[in-house]
Amino acid sequence: MAAPVTMVAEEPQPTRRPAIDMRRLFRAALPALSLIIVLLAIDDFNPRAISYFGFNLMLNLAIPVALATAAQICIITVSDLDLSIGAYVGFIACVTATWLPTAPLLGVAVILGSIVVYGALGALVQLRQLPSIVVTLGMSFVWLGLALLVRPQPGGSSPDWLTNFMGLHVPYVPFPIVAAIVLAIALHFILIRTAFGAVLRGAGGNPSAVARSGWSLLRIKTTTYAMAGVFGSLAGLALVGVSSSADANMANGYTLLSIAGAILGGAEFIGGQVSPIGAVIGALTLQLAAVALNFFHMPVLLPGFRIPPEWQVGAQGLILILILAVRALINRGDA
Amino acid sequence: MSTQAAVLLRFRNRPWIWSFLGAILVWALAVVLAGGHGAWPVFTTALAFSAFTVLVGLGQMFVITLGPGNIDLSLPANIGLASAVAMKVMDGADSRIALGLIAAIGAGLAIGVVNYLLIRLLRIPPLIATLSSSFVIRSVGISYGRGLQIKPPQAFADFVLARVGGISILAALVVLVSVLAGVVLARTIYGRSVLAVGQNIRAARLAGLPVRRVRLVTYALCGALGGLSGALLAGFTGGSSLDVGAEYLLTSIAVVVIGGTSVTGGMANVPGLWGAAFMLFMIATLLNSSGLGVGVRDLMTGLIIIAVITLAGGRRQLR
Repeated sequence: MAAPVTMVAEEPQPTRRPAIDMRRLFRAALPALSLIIVLLAIDDFNPRAISYFGFNLMLNLAIPVALATAAQICIITVSDLDLSIGAYVGFIACVTATWLPTAPLLGVAVILGSIVVYGALGALVQLRQLPSIVVTLGMSFVWLGLALLVRPQPGGSSPDWLTNFMGLHVPYVPFPIVAAIVLAIALHFILIRTAFGAVLRGAGGNPSAVARSGWSLLRIKTTTYAMAGVFGSLAGLALVGVSSSADANMANGYTLLSIAGAILGGAEFIGGQVSPIGAVIGALTLQLAAVALNFFHMPVLLPGFRIPPEWQVGAQGLILILILAVRALINRGDA
Repeated sequence: MSTQAAVLLRFRNRPWIWSFLGAILVWALAVVLAGGHGAWPVFTTALAFSAFTVLVGLGQMFVITLGPGNIDLSLPANIGLASAVAMKVMDGADSRIALGLIAAIGAGLAIGVVNYLLIRLLRIPPLIATLSSSFVIRSVGISYGRGLQIKPPQAFADFVLARVGGISILAALVVLVSVLAGVVLARTIYGRSVLAVGQNIRAARLAGLPVRRVRLVTYALCGALGGLSGALLAGFTGGSSLDVGAEYLLTSIAVVVIGGTSVTGGMANVPGLWGAAFMLFMIATLLNSSGLGVGVRDLMTGLIIIAVITLAGGRRQLR
């Protein structure tokens, strides 16, 4: 760690790891460590926030973000990237708030259709060997346009069952935390524990090897994209359940947040290395970091100083860069 | 069927033809819908607007040509910040125009250098590096340009909007810049190095090319072009705005892809940028004049980009 940073090679070289790798351990613990640091900061700035109701309030919006991050993780698993997830969540939110309370059948049909479209995108990316970034960037406009058609003005309402579900009061543990744990375990099970998940990650690491051992890459990509569509739809539902109305642009920031959360959680961009539990923790951390910034004050050093609201976005970027820097430092010895 | 295939094959070797064909088609459609009027004004307006798209697209093209994964997502934030910097430094005074332009280009250049340093030092894909930096740049832009209502100097606005015989002076200059960029790509050591790095970075490195320097220069160039565009856009729209660059995220990538530059890198196409910029502008005009809402416009833009990349993209892989 003492060597000058400029010595870092540009491309990761093949590595040989020792039996017990402290770096790897530290890297795996990084998301949890960041979460603890943010929690300590909140506790320091505003101790009352660390309570049942405090967490309910602070983490309310973390559920849709965590679900969007889950969607992004699916795509990252196959070494692609989804730049349309924010617009998609916004579209599903508009569909939910517009049709689910009054015309549930239509609403459900549209959501299911959208998931099929997502799967078809995966097939398109695979069949034509297209860069996922450009395709999903184009799709972000499609979803945004559709959302505006469904709901030109902000509004709509949340179906009662959805509001009730998102406002569920679980004894002792705030609902968002329960939801996050369930999501993390489910995602971990699907992507890490099942044979199917191993194939998906294999397709992200070495597609031709997976193809040669008889798996259909077409089917793999279609499935992962459709899974992303499912999680993205759940994110849209959850978002309406929390905010009880919808706006086409309401989730645009989710694209960046979901990528940031996945990275924070320890995903590698290529090679099918993902960490679902880390990603969910990463999403919670980002959400709490935004809250912590609101609370930020240092009476001794900077009396009366508050972080201006326009620095919220910048702070998220800085946190992301910081995390990546720490990771680069940890990885240094590996290369 | 076979002649069709032959024609298709020939077009595939000159992918920019598609963008021009598309542009002409949409242009003709717009003129026909307008009852045969306005062919020339529509063309000159398209020229004036396309100048900005091409200027931003040129930088993005150089970056994308560096190879898979190379992309600059910080351009919108960059353009927004540069427009504020330019207006603040010019401060409405004609005598400070050059200073403001230099400041805006400098800001963009600095952003490009920082982008590359992030890519290099953190060993992260350019996509993530430029995404993170765009967060930060955006905040800097908001806090720097807060309450900024400075009008561009009169002479600057006049210059940016000036037309001779309907042809925008600025567009003519951008055409010159494009020609220059084409020459740089095809004839200079730097340009050839960009192509070589994009075709095979390992081979380029083994051949002794200064890969790091080439990439640094390219990201800096892209940033600088973004900064310049920001300043010009501020003059064009009568003041700086952070959102002035927002539309250039998708458009800058779209014109590169539609214009026939290989998304996998190693092959750039300058004329295609103009065709694609024309086409996108014509489509936007057509959709605007058809009275369809912004929703349909977004929808169509997205679908067209996906359609074009599906037809033209992917297959042209060099390996």
